[in-house]
Amino acid sequence: MKKMFVKSVVSFAVAIALSGAAVAGDNPKDPAEGFNRAMFAVNEGLDTVIMKPVAQGYDYVAPLPVKAVVGNFFSNIGDLMIGVNNLLQGKPDQALNDWGRVLVNTTIGIGGAFDIASEMGMDKHYEDFGQTMGVWGVDEGAYLFWPVIGPRTVRDTAGWVVDSYTDPVWYIDDVPTRNTLVGIRLIDQRYALLPTDKIIEEGALDKYTYIRDSYLQHRRNAVYDGNPPRNGAAGEDVRPAPIGPGSSKPASDK
Amino acid sequence: MKYLFSLLAGALLLSGNVFASDESPDVLVKRVTEEVLSIVRTDKDIQSGDSRKAVQLVETKVLPNFNFMRMTSLAVGKDWRKATPEQKKRLSDEFRTLLVRTYSNALTAYKDQRVVFKPFKMEPTETDVMVRTEVRQPGQPAVQIDYALEKDEKSWKVYDVVVAGISLVTNYRDSFAQEIRAGGIDGLIATIAAKNKQIATAQAAKS
Repeated sequence: MKKMFVKSVVSFAVAIALSGAAVAGDNPKDPAEGFNRAMFAVNEGLDTVIMKPVAQGYDYVAPLPVKAVVGNFFSNIGDLMIGVNNLLQGKPDQALNDWGRVLVNTTIGIGGAFDIASEMGMDKHYEDFGQTMGVWGVDEGAYLFWPVIGPRTVRDTAGWVVDSYTDPVWYIDDVPTRNTLVGIRLIDQRYALLPTDKIIEEGALDKYTYIRDSYLQHRRNAVYDGNPPRNGAAGEDVRPAPIGPGSSKPASDK
Repeated sequence: MKYLFSLLAGALLLSGNVFASDESPDVLVKRVTEEVLSIVRTDKDIQSGDSRKAVQLVETKVLPNFNFMRMTSLAVGKDWRKATPEQKKRLSDEFRTLLVRTYSNALTAYKDQRVVFKPFKMEPTETDVMVRTEVRQPGQPAVQIDYALEKDEKSWKVYDVVVAGISLVTNYRDSFAQEIRAGGIDGLIATIAAKNKQIATAQAAKS
C-alpha cells in the first residue's frame, strides 16, 4: 500500500518535472531545469520572507545551550530510523551503535537533551532512506527542486516520502504537540544552515547551479559514507565521468 | 677550519631543507591547520568578523601550500586547453581571490571547533593523496573536510578541498562551463572579476 503510494508520488513528481522542462538544461542530471529554476525562485522568496528571518530570530533570542539542547533532542529522535537505515544498508554494527546512542541519550542524556553518547565515543551517523536505496543500487535519477522541501533527486524524493512516513514525530497523537515539534525542528534545520548562506552568497557565480552541484556531490558522498571513489579527480584537464547510471553503485566495503 | 665549518653549516642547512620538503602530506595539513587555528583562537578581530585580517592570514599561512593553477584547471575542465597562458594566469588569479574570500569567511565563523585528523597511510611512491579531517563542534553535526594533495618536484601542494563531500573546485565546473559557452574564457574571467569586485565593495562599505 505504502509502496504504491511512493510509486505514484514519484511518477507524479516526474510528470510535473518533465512538463516543466521547457528550458533545455545542459546538465544531463537536470533535465527539468526550467521547472526547477522556477521552484527555486519560489523557495528563495519564501526563505527570504519567512524561514531565514525566523531562523535568525531564533539564533538571536535563544542562548547557545538552548540551541544545542534543541539540536540534540531532534538528533536523538532521528537516530532511531538512522539505525534502521544502517541495518537495511547491511551495517548492523553501525545500527547497534545508533540504537545504543538512543538508549544512552534518552536515559543519561535526559530525554535526548544532551549528546552523552558522542562523548562516550559512539559516533553520530547520517542515514536516510534515499541513501539506503542508493546503497541498494537505485540510480538517483533526475535532479528536482521542490517548493518548501528544496532539492531532491527522484530517488531522494521517494526516500523523503518514506522518511516522513516513518518519522516518529508524526506519530505523536496530540496534534498541537506534534505540530509544535515539527515547527521547531524546521527552524532548527534552517538555523543549522545559516553559516552556509554567506558562503553561497559570496562564492556562487550562479546560485542555482552552485546549490544543485553541491547537493548532488553531497548526496553521492553520503551514499558512500564519506568515502566515494575518486573518479577522475586526479585526471588532468579531463572532465571526470559524470555521476550517472552504473557509477552510483557503491563499493561493497562500508 | 673556517672552510670546514661553513661546509658543515651548509650541509646542515641542506639537510634541513631536505627534511622540510620531505614533510608528508598529512603532517603538512596538520601543521598548517594547527598554526592557523592557534592564530584564530587568539585573534579577537578575526573572531568578530574582520575578513581583511582573515584573508591576510590565509594568504600568508595557507596559500603557499596550494597549487592554484592546478585548481583552476580542474574547475574549468576540458576548456582549459583552449586558454592562452595569459588567460590561464588571469583566470587562476581571479579564482584564487574568490576562493580565498570564501575560505576566510569560514574562519571568521570559528567558535570553538576542534579538528580531528583521520588516520592516514600512503605508499612511499604515491604522488596524489587525500588527507581526511573532521571539524567537530558542540551541538552541531561534525563536518568532514578532506584535502587532495599532489606532489610537485619538491613538496606537497593542495589542489582541492572537499567539504562534506562537496569539492570546492569541481563544484564550479558547471557554472564555469556555462560562462565559457556564453562568453568564452574572457567572459568567465570577467564574470569572476565582477563578482570579486562586488564582494570587495560590499565589505568595504561594511567596515
